[in-house]
Amino acid sequence: MAAITSPGRAYPQKQVGILARMAGARSEMQSNEAKWGYIFLLPWLVGLLVFWIGPIIASAYFSLMEYDVLSPPEWVGLANFTRAFTGDKQFWPSLARTFNYSILVVPFTIFGSLFLAILLNQKLKGTNVFRTIFFLPHLTPSVALAVLWIWLFHPSIGPVNMLLEAVGIPGPGWLTSKFWAMDALIIISLWAGVGGNTMLIFLAGLQGVPQELLEAAEIDGAGRWAKFRNVTLPMISPTLLFNLILGVIGALKVFTLAFVATQGGPSFSTWFYALHIYQQAFAYFRMGYGSALAWIFVLILLTFTYIQLYSSKRWVYYAGE
Amino acid sequence: MTTSNPTFTPAPASSGGVTKESRGISAEQGVLYLIALLLAVLFLFPFFWTVMSSLKTVQEISKFPPVWIPEVLQWSNYARTLTIVPFALWTYNSFFVVTLSTLGTVLSASLVAYSFARFRYRGRDTIFMITLGTMMLPAQVTLIPQFILFHKLGWINTLYPLWLPAWFGGGAFAIFLLRQFILSLPKDLDEAALIDGASYFRIFWQILLPLCKAVVATIAVISFIGSWNDFVNPLIYLQLPEKFTLAVGLNYFKNQPEMGGEPTQHLLMAASVMVIIPVILLFFATQRYFVQGIVLSGIKG
Repeated sequence: MAAITSPGRAYPQKQVGILARMAGARSEMQSNEAKWGYIFLLPWLVGLLVFWIGPIIASAYFSLMEYDVLSPPEWVGLANFTRAFTGDKQFWPSLARTFNYSILVVPFTIFGSLFLAILLNQKLKGTNVFRTIFFLPHLTPSVALAVLWIWLFHPSIGPVNMLLEAVGIPGPGWLTSKFWAMDALIIISLWAGVGGNTMLIFLAGLQGVPQELLEAAEIDGAGRWAKFRNVTLPMISPTLLFNLILGVIGALKVFTLAFVATQGGPSFSTWFYALHIYQQAFAYFRMGYGSALAWIFVLILLTFTYIQLYSSKRWVYYAGE
Repeated sequence: MTTSNPTFTPAPASSGGVTKESRGISAEQGVLYLIALLLAVLFLFPFFWTVMSSLKTVQEISKFPPVWIPEVLQWSNYARTLTIVPFALWTYNSFFVVTLSTLGTVLSASLVAYSFARFRYRGRDTIFMITLGTMMLPAQVTLIPQFILFHKLGWINTLYPLWLPAWFGGGAFAIFLLRQFILSLPKDLDEAALIDGASYFRIFWQILLPLCKAVVATIAVISFIGSWNDFVNPLIYLQLPEKFTLAVGLNYFKNQPEMGGEPTQHLLMAASVMVIIPVILLFFATQRYFVQGIVLSGIKG
């Protein structure tokens, strides 16, 4: 385990210290490298511990406690979880609402984004302008987005209902109606999401489809649909998977839009799961129960992601393999 | 990074626009244009409506049928918005948080990425895998313990919780993107400098970081917009109106249909416009970097 003599420069030939050896260094130079590696890593090491790993452990611990921040936490075992599953009137409904919302928002966003990306990939003049326009809603802060649409959807003086009345349809109360608020939020989410990151990622995917494959298919007599179905779609399937996973996670986390536009109402019709966590933790200061709800949420998200990754073996094509 | 990529081209000259084949626009292209134009109207209309509403009088805004374009543009609405709520203060708070968190993200993430990309030490790859793992986790699970931590530190109603964490690595996405980029730079650069006696920090600061300009810009823009639009964190940490950032300030304003007997709907629209404009301006100025960042995240992910 002698130190290696460096040819160009005279490094002192001494054994490296125990700390350096723990870091995997065998020579003075390597130990110096390892030392600086750790020094540069330090901010993130602290950040990882204080803002990620620590909180994750703390959150698991609090989920077994009753804790209101002011008085010390009290051990309650699994009571928070049994309460969620059996004693909380809004637990299952808020979860069901969140799924209901996601089941509509995710597929529409995916299809809509893919459609827009295909449109932008037609090499029309001014594509950049259209891309920017489609992307603008996604840039808009969610709060402003909600405020904007409260007025567009205003039952009596909003332009949406004005247009509906112009074609003879009496407009509903939208965000103020418990039957329509969910649909209104879905429409807003689509408007805000269809031209966003999902579209840009699809566009990049489409531009990565090898031109020669499309040309070969054309020579073989493939029509437009056949080319899309048999060449483009398999080639962009990894992109589709990526967008799908992010889309599902994003939809299940829906919070700000509902919080600002409807406050979860009217009569709980848009009370999503993330709002429920927020209310329990930060309005009622039930940190223990909130943590339990958050952990249930994490498990749900991970399950969905796992299912998608697992099923992807059947439908995602990787050109490299 | 290609230099030829046009960031924002002026609106297309209508049908007269010359195609190279000089055969005008085919029927198919015409249909595509029509679809694209209709969609553009659909996407732009809410913005148009909001801007117009922000320039109406109180009477005009609640008129039925709605007024499309106000008779006299009420620019004074904007001035009134600035005084009826502490809008300037909120703007200052927002810029304060955004500047510090963007700076923190860029500086600390690039240093950490340098460590991941160029140094060999035990545990490096494990820590990197854990780093990537944090991207999968929803914020909800860390939100509560972080709140308790900052509460114990007495930082409720301060801006620290909103920018300080960014100085500790800036998050997995920024680190990942920068690491990938540094890995793509030839290692001879560092080695030559090392032999010439440069310190590791100097190699980072004077050689690698200048080469990372484009990625750093991408991360700065994404971080700026994320921080500007952030609602949940200011919502839980800030309760006093004078501490608000624009996002929570706007929500607070929304919940006051009138202030001292003065109706505020039209002013709310003006406030919304002012909250949206900075991100849109930034996006126009940096579109190239922004789009590239999103695309990179999609391809590598």
